[in-house]
Amino acid sequence: MRHLISPLDLSVEELNHILCLGQNIMKEPEKYAHVCEGKKLATLFYEPSTRTRLSFEAAMLNLGGKVLGFSSADSSSAAKGESVADTIRVISSYADICAMRHPKEGAPTVAAMHSEIPVINAGDGGHNHPTQTLTDLITIKTLMGRLDHLTIGMCGDLKFGRTVHSLINAMVRYPNVRFILISPTELMIPDYLRKEVLDDGNIEYIETDKLEKYMPELDILYMTRVQRERFFNEEDYIRLKDSFILDASKMSYAKKEMYILHPLPRVNEISTEVDNDPRAVYFKQAKYGVYVRMALIMTLLGLDHSVE
Amino acid sequence: MLNIGGLNEGVVIDHIQAGGAMKIYEYLNLEKLDCSVAIIKNARSNKMGKKDIIKIEGPFDVDLSVLGVLDHKITINIIKDNEIVEKHSLSLPDRVTNIIKCKNPRCITSIEQELPHTFKLTDRENRIYRCIYCESKFKGN
Repeated sequence: MRHLISPLDLSVEELNHILCLGQNIMKEPEKYAHVCEGKKLATLFYEPSTRTRLSFEAAMLNLGGKVLGFSSADSSSAAKGESVADTIRVISSYADICAMRHPKEGAPTVAAMHSEIPVINAGDGGHNHPTQTLTDLITIKTLMGRLDHLTIGMCGDLKFGRTVHSLINAMVRYPNVRFILISPTELMIPDYLRKEVLDDGNIEYIETDKLEKYMPELDILYMTRVQRERFFNEEDYIRLKDSFILDASKMSYAKKEMYILHPLPRVNEISTEVDNDPRAVYFKQAKYGVYVRMALIMTLLGLDHSVE
Repeated sequence: MLNIGGLNEGVVIDHIQAGGAMKIYEYLNLEKLDCSVAIIKNARSNKMGKKDIIKIEGPFDVDLSVLGVLDHKITINIIKDNEIVEKHSLSLPDRVTNIIKCKNPRCITSIEQELPHTFKLTDRENRIYRCIYCESKFKGN
């Protein structure tokens, strides 16, 4: 039985298999409409995340399966003090697969250790969020037609943004990918990522606080939100949150063929005037997220070869 | 040098990095022992300049190999009849449970008290362990 806890749980081959399956689903969704009939997905959300939960639920419903679950710790047995291990043991007899979101890092690992059904990590604190990475990868692969030979800009909160860390970890496995890391000094990527992943892997990267300067070089610009909950200090949050805002004037420096991605929700780091630019693909990205979650659910349930 | 009597039977934990003895004392829960325990701080050492030593009197049946996680330079001498009968250097175990506590306030172990604190060795050369849940780093001396 397989789980998906970290984006690196999947080999490049397994990743490519899921991304290709996701793209096939995208082309002919009706062929996959009954693949999970009779199967149930449990969404165990110990903290609210409407977007991710609905994306998982839409994925399972699109496959003909059913969904059950809870959307906050208050409405679960966790409020009575039940451990993650006990909850998953019980849920294992109610559902065929589960997606877990938890504010504490490592909770899905604990679940996987005690589960009799595949566990998908739907985000554990600031740690991992592998299905967001799958979403980012399928978006890049579909729009650019490749995952190699790319210059990828990452902008905003690169220190606390787990989606940034996961995407860097995933993209360094493909050849000739270079990164432009655009952030205020306070929110630069963590040391371990710089040293153990980029330096040790001989990956080309530039760290800068000048978005306009590097805009013409980018194939992908991955924007992130400066999240209030990652700060211990309100003053730091207020001071840094507006640092890097993408607007139409900055977009004028960009190539015609480049794409703006964002894990969403957006606050004000992308001005709404950019939304109508064909290069702004963050809403399309959310749609691709459903397809790749469909592919993942099928794969973990062993149904990935059930459609010819 | 301060003189501490020899042991007839017991264990000498030697070559502890100076200042590290109390940490070892706490990890091994030596305060719970009935026998004599001597802690020698800042003893002169040709190899290390200064070192700490712990001497424990009497038979002592605890797995000391996990001490390698905390301080890889430690050596263990087993004494019987006033003689050193065994001398061990420590290696790094691949996995340790309830030896190191995860200090990440965002880790699941911070709210689920009954979970074992398990770390796995991820970088032998640099002696780096990571929490199996949140991947927080621990590096011994």
